[in-house]
Amino acid sequence: MPPPADLQPAFAAALLGAEAPIPEAIAARYANPPLRRFNVYRNTIVVSLVEAMADAYPAVFRLVGDAFFRATARLFVIEHPPASPVLLGYGAGFADFLQNFPPAAGLPYLADVARLEWAWLAAYHAADAEPLDIAALGGRDDAALDGATFDLHPSLGLVASAHPIVTIFAANRRDEPVGAIDLSVAEDALVVRPEAEVVVRHLPAGGHAFIEALREGRTLGEAAEAGLTAASGFDLAANLSGLFTAGAVTAINTPSPE
Amino acid sequence: MGSLDTSDRSAFGDVGPVPARAGVGLKPAHYDAILGSRPDLGFFEVHAENYMGAGGPPHRYLTAIRECYPLSVHGVGLSIGGTGPLDTAHLDRLAAVVDRYQPGLVSEHLAWSSHGGVFFNDLLPLPLNQATLDTVAEHVDQVQERLKRQILIENPSTYVEFASTTLSEVEFLETLARRTGCGLLLDVNNVHVSCTNHGGDAAATIDAFPIEHVGEIHLAGHAIDTDDDGRPLLIDAHDRRIIDPVWVLYGRALDRTGPVPTLIEWDNDVPDWPTLHGEALLAEAWLRRSADNREALHAAAG
Repeated sequence: MPPPADLQPAFAAALLGAEAPIPEAIAARYANPPLRRFNVYRNTIVVSLVEAMADAYPAVFRLVGDAFFRATARLFVIEHPPASPVLLGYGAGFADFLQNFPPAAGLPYLADVARLEWAWLAAYHAADAEPLDIAALGGRDDAALDGATFDLHPSLGLVASAHPIVTIFAANRRDEPVGAIDLSVAEDALVVRPEAEVVVRHLPAGGHAFIEALREGRTLGEAAEAGLTAASGFDLAANLSGLFTAGAVTAINTPSPE
Repeated sequence: MGSLDTSDRSAFGDVGPVPARAGVGLKPAHYDAILGSRPDLGFFEVHAENYMGAGGPPHRYLTAIRECYPLSVHGVGLSIGGTGPLDTAHLDRLAAVVDRYQPGLVSEHLAWSSHGGVFFNDLLPLPLNQATLDTVAEHVDQVQERLKRQILIENPSTYVEFASTTLSEVEFLETLARRTGCGLLLDVNNVHVSCTNHGGDAAATIDAFPIEHVGEIHLAGHAIDTDDDGRPLLIDAHDRRIIDPVWVLYGRALDRTGPVPTLIEWDNDVPDWPTLHGEALLAEAWLRRSADNREALHAAAG
C-alpha cells in the first residue's frame, strides 16, 4: 500500500490536467479506468470556478455572451487556479488575461471593463470606514489646507482607461437594452463604497492623477499640481467636491503649526 | 464602526443555541426576503469562507440576521483531510468568523480541498485507513484547540473509492469522534449518494451511523448521471429539491437520533425564498413527527 502522502499530488495533478492519468490508488480499485467517476471532480472544480467568475464579471459576461465567457473563463481557471480557499478574492488577474487573449482583441475596452468590475468587487468586500462630510473642509485656512494630506476610504479604487468604461459598465450591469455608446471617449473611473452601496463615478479631467497623488500620501497642494499636469483644464474645486460627495475621504490631516 | 463592532461578545446574547429545528443555507439572493418577512425558522447556516472579506454588505446582512436567528458556520476550505499541515492562516480566518458571529454550531468535512498551493474548490475524497485517520484526528484536534470548541465533521459525497481504504466511513467517523471529541454532521443525502455510487446499503449505513455523536443533519438534492459501466452515478449538486428516498432515510435517522438541527442545502440554481422555505417546512414536519413518536414511546413505556 503506498503511503497516503503519495496520493494527493497525483490526484491534484490529474484534476487540472485532463490528460493526466487517474491516480493508481483509485484505478487499482476498478476493472476499467473510472473516467466518468473521476471527471465528476474535474468538472466540479472548473464549473464552480467558472460560475464564480460569471458572478464577479457580469458586464464582461453580457458583452461577450454566455458561450464566449464560459470558454474564456475555463481557460483562465485552468491556467490560474485559486491559491486561497477564500474565493471572494479569486479572479483578480482576469483583466490582464483578457488583455492578452487574442480572441478578445475585437473588443479593445473589454480588459478595462473587467478592471472596473474587479474594483467594484474589491470595494464591495473592503473594510468599512466612516466617510467624512465636505463640511470638514470649512474653517481651515488655505495654507493649512494646501499642506494637508487625506486618508482615503479603504474601498477606494481607480481605473484609468482610453475607452468609455464607466458608460459601458453602467449599461451592462443591468438587463435593459444598451443604447449607442461613443467608443472614442476616454473615461477614468472612481470606485468607492462609503456605506452599503458601491459607487462608480466618471472622474473629471485630471481627477485620476489628483486622487492617485492623494492616495500616495502627497499633500493637497501637490495633488492639485499633479491634476493640473495631467490635464490643463483641471478644476480643483470640482474634483475636491466630487471626491467628498462620493464618500471617498475618511480623514484630513493638517500639518501641526511649528 | 458602530453596528459592526465585533468586540461585544454578548451582542447575540438574546438568540440562543441552534435548536432541534429546520434551518436553511443562507444565500445573498434571500437576504432582503428574510429580513423583510422574518420567517419562523430554526436557524441559518453560512459557508464560513463567504464571510472572510474585510467588510461590506455580506457582514452587514449576516450581522442583522444573526441578531434574530441562531447560526451555524460551515467551513468548506480547511482541507482537514489533507496530508500536509493545516493552513493556519485559514484556521485563523475561521476563528475570526466564529469569534465575530458566535455560532451555535461549527462544522467541516471529511475531505481535502487544497494541495501544493492550489485550492480546488471541491470536497475531495481520501482513502480511509489508519494512517489517514491519524492525520485527520490531528487536524481536528488542532482546529478544536484553536477555536476552543467542538466542531462537527461531515460525511461527504464521493465518486471514487481507493484500493488503500481499509475502514468503512462509519468506522472511521466513529473512531474520529471518540478520539477527538468532535461531533458528527450526518449528511443524509451524502449517505444516499455515496451508497448508490459505491454499491452500499444506505439504510444499513444510517442504522450503523454513530448516532450519539450526531449534532446536525444535512439534506439536499442531487443530480443523476451514469458511471463508466452504465450504472447510476449520483452527484451532490445541491441544485434541486430533496427526493423522497432521502426524506425516508431522514425519517429513519430521526427514529434513532430524535429531533436534531436539520439544514436544507440549496447552493446552485437557488430557488426563490418561498420554495426554499417550503423545503424547511417539510423538514419541520418530519421533526415534529419524530418528537411525537418519542412522546408516544415514552407514554407507552409509562
